[in-house]
Amino acid sequence: MSSSAPPALRQTPLNAMHRRMGAKMVDFGGWDMPVEYSGLIAEHMVVRTGVGLFDVSHMGDIQLRGPEAFDAVQHISMNDASKLQIGQAHYSAMLYPEGTFVDDVIVHKLGENDYLIVINAGTREKDFQWIKQNAKSFHCHVANYSDYYTQLAIQGPRAAEMLAKLTKLDLDAIKPYWFQWGTVCGLANTLVARTGYTGEDGFEIYVPSDVPTSERVWNEVLEAGREFGILPCGLGARNTLRLESAMSLYGHEISETINPFEARLDRFLKLDKGDFLGSEALKKVQVEGGPKRKLVGLEMLERGIARDGYSVLNLSGEKIGVVTSGSPAPYLKKNIALAYVPVELATIDAEVAVEIRGNPVKAKIVPTPFYRRPKKTI
Amino acid sequence: MAYPQNYKYTREHEWIEAAGNHGTIGITDYAQNSLGDIVFVDAPKVGATVTKGEVFGSVESVKAVSDLYSPASGTVTEVNEALKDSPEKLNTEAHSAWIIKVELSNPGELDALLSAADYEQFIAEEGGK
Repeated sequence: MSSSAPPALRQTPLNAMHRRMGAKMVDFGGWDMPVEYSGLIAEHMVVRTGVGLFDVSHMGDIQLRGPEAFDAVQHISMNDASKLQIGQAHYSAMLYPEGTFVDDVIVHKLGENDYLIVINAGTREKDFQWIKQNAKSFHCHVANYSDYYTQLAIQGPRAAEMLAKLTKLDLDAIKPYWFQWGTVCGLANTLVARTGYTGEDGFEIYVPSDVPTSERVWNEVLEAGREFGILPCGLGARNTLRLESAMSLYGHEISETINPFEARLDRFLKLDKGDFLGSEALKKVQVEGGPKRKLVGLEMLERGIARDGYSVLNLSGEKIGVVTSGSPAPYLKKNIALAYVPVELATIDAEVAVEIRGNPVKAKIVPTPFYRRPKKTI
Repeated sequence: MAYPQNYKYTREHEWIEAAGNHGTIGITDYAQNSLGDIVFVDAPKVGATVTKGEVFGSVESVKAVSDLYSPASGTVTEVNEALKDSPEKLNTEAHSAWIIKVELSNPGELDALLSAADYEQFIAEEGGK
């Protein structure tokens, strides 16, 4: 091991709070983040059955504003922003001209020609430079507001009930992937979005990033959530929750060598909206018969846990693909994985094997998402 | 959690409790705490040979898989079957939930392992890195 000091990790405004509360901290893409508090499984389960609180301030926030902001957003992202109404958000991605991923993003339409793009932590600087560079020819202003917000994710079937204690906003009126501004914890004009990365109902709120305000809101949310059994949650549970819901993670399911057809994100790819970065290359992929490999869900049939980077084998033991994310699924109580395999082998119920420490362990291809939240019955 | 004085420890975070040529092996509280919720233990079979310093199995938490390094050489005489259904015992009672028992081929090997005090100092340094 090298003895040189690692570069200083970046911290969110809640870093001291996490440490005071006894969170286990890890280096996540250059950020010193809580990986777990009381335990990953407990945190995972509370989000599926009650409500959990995450500090996701490491996510980046880029605003595009100006007469041609809409055109710039259309140019740099694959979904069709013309479908967005003010107060609405959608999942999208930024692509290289080759049609592969710069990053996946959530685009929020704040107003006419005014967009907020939420980007991943590990790719913040790269994304900002990419947006700046590629929006340059449009009449719009690109601003990096990443450090202006403490972003909290309040996730779980009881999130709405809990958040209602802290705001007068009519939360029922905020549908999934919509947002509003309102007073939360006494803070006027707080952005409240019905979004998340857990496959569960929930909200993400954006509050000022000074430490006293961030800590006050964090504490008030935990206090309000006490009657619902709220737990502060770390990135460990965030990862298993998104994996059960088969949501992509940059650097795993999506990367600069993977395109949206392969990642099965083409429902967010609007090639008919006009030319944009990556569209030409992807039209070519389409014309040439589609992708050669495809992301599939795996469920282990034999004892063993597939992990990121493990090989997928056919039943004759030949390598056919690779696991991008694999873990025990705490709610489903199965061992699951996402993996790339050749399209012709990507058949539901087909048996394959995952090479786990030298041994082939049987798995089968299953539909994704592995977990889908129950529809609300009122 | 206290580290029993009569155990010996490895820098890979296993403990061994030895009596004559019988050794009982598990993982330390520090190890279980860094791993988080343990969901799977892969242990050798009775009769298998283990070698000091070499991998004899693995434990997996939700987050990660971690190799088990044998503190001593010998032959496996017993495997803790209770861990198959309740691997979380390694979290809740790390210093009593043993993984394997071994008939030691060279009990003298244990002299080179860490004492409880040395191990505690070792993890204090490791944790502060």
